[in-house]
Amino acid sequence: MRREVPLVIVFICGAFMALQYFVPHNISAVIYQNALNWTIIIGIFTLAVGIGSLVNLHYDKISRRKEKWPYSLVTIGALVFMTVLGLSSPEAVQDPRGLFMKMYFYVLSPVQATMFSLLAFFIASAAYRAFRAKTVLATLLLASAVIVMLGRIPVGDALTAWMPEGTRISDLARYILDYPNTAAKRAIYIGVGLGVAATSLKIILGVERTWLGGGK
Amino acid sequence: MEQISLGTLIWMTVAAFLTLSIFSFLYRDNPFYRFAEHLIVGISAGYWIAILYHTSLTDLWIEPLVDSVSAFGAAGGSIPAKIGILLANLTPGVIGCLMFTRFFKSKAWISRWPIAYYLGISAGVALPLYIQSFVIRQVAANMFNPVIIYNTIVSDLSTLYYYGNSMMGIWTGIGDIIILLGCVCGLAYFYFSAEHTGVLGAAAKIGIWTLMIGFGATFGYTVMARISLLIGRFNFLIDWVSALGNYFNL
Repeated sequence: MRREVPLVIVFICGAFMALQYFVPHNISAVIYQNALNWTIIIGIFTLAVGIGSLVNLHYDKISRRKEKWPYSLVTIGALVFMTVLGLSSPEAVQDPRGLFMKMYFYVLSPVQATMFSLLAFFIASAAYRAFRAKTVLATLLLASAVIVMLGRIPVGDALTAWMPEGTRISDLARYILDYPNTAAKRAIYIGVGLGVAATSLKIILGVERTWLGGGK
Repeated sequence: MEQISLGTLIWMTVAAFLTLSIFSFLYRDNPFYRFAEHLIVGISAGYWIAILYHTSLTDLWIEPLVDSVSAFGAAGGSIPAKIGILLANLTPGVIGCLMFTRFFKSKAWISRWPIAYYLGISAGVALPLYIQSFVIRQVAANMFNPVIIYNTIVSDLSTLYYYGNSMMGIWTGIGDIIILLGCVCGLAYFYFSAEHTGVLGAAAKIGIWTLMIGFGATFGYTVMARISLLIGRFNFLIDWVSALGNYFNL
């Protein structure tokens, strides 16, 4: 019951959705759309479970006065503040002059952009380790990355301005992105496609059961 | 720079403070960074709760459910149809609520049902879709007509011979061959059911070269995107300092 019922649900839902792809009928399309809507709704409940888990974790830190617990207050406070603000009215999430959207534009968005931009520094140190041209493969990686980077900034073309048009570094970068890069991406995509299809089939047929978790 | 209001200046100052707090991590982990990090976890979670509530949960579940409950109470219409619609609108919420059983150890196993539904639908949708778009479409895109490529190269060479320009046709033709060979050899590299010796070994070697060029290009592209974000943040800080200067007439 505890393990068999979920496996039956997975099989029925998976087999139905895989087969309906080949049924060009209105009813099939309506069921497909409703099934997808249901997954979105269930997904939102799953998010609620995640939020509950987050609150639990930080509440535990605060109540036990664990190390760095004041930061947990910041998280819980920010979560409650933003949630109350956002749920107060549907207009709150649309009005760019409202407090909710101001929090998005001046707090969430800048911090996310800065977090991602920080990666530029860490990528540079990773590149130093990865790009030492010790082998043919590392040299290819290095050359390709340098050409693409130089090809996307004005300095690259300024350095190769003496070369005929069509052979400058920006053209070479475009050529690498359009052809060898496409070849590599295509090989990876085909591998990913086959991998996802195989894993999906294993889940539908109940061969892959790790998602059931431990316990009975 | 145009004069901005005090309100906007305060918001910009908040954004600048948080930006500098995050940048401070480059020195080392510190209270400012930790504050910004924890703040953003809470803000981000609250933001998504509100957005998903208003854009998905309300539209897809609450409003249809309320409508079907109202229709159930209204006169006219067939009762079985009304019950069917009501159940159809109620069910996803009930299944979703089963997720909360995770908080009770003895009943946590029930949460496998919504997970099973989610996983079953996702796997069923992904199976044909990925085969179609990630395998068949990619293989089809790899197919090229050798006659067309030959004609392109020959005509381009003759143009080059007579007029001394136009090299693009040759490179496009060679590029198509690179894509086909690179893709097949890349797949050969990922084929582990046979030892990489002989023809397969040579193909796998070309494959890994192609993959390395591809990874290098992707890496370079990613670096440039991050640098562009970094420039954006520095530009913002410069704007903030200018706005401060303008506001206080410094």
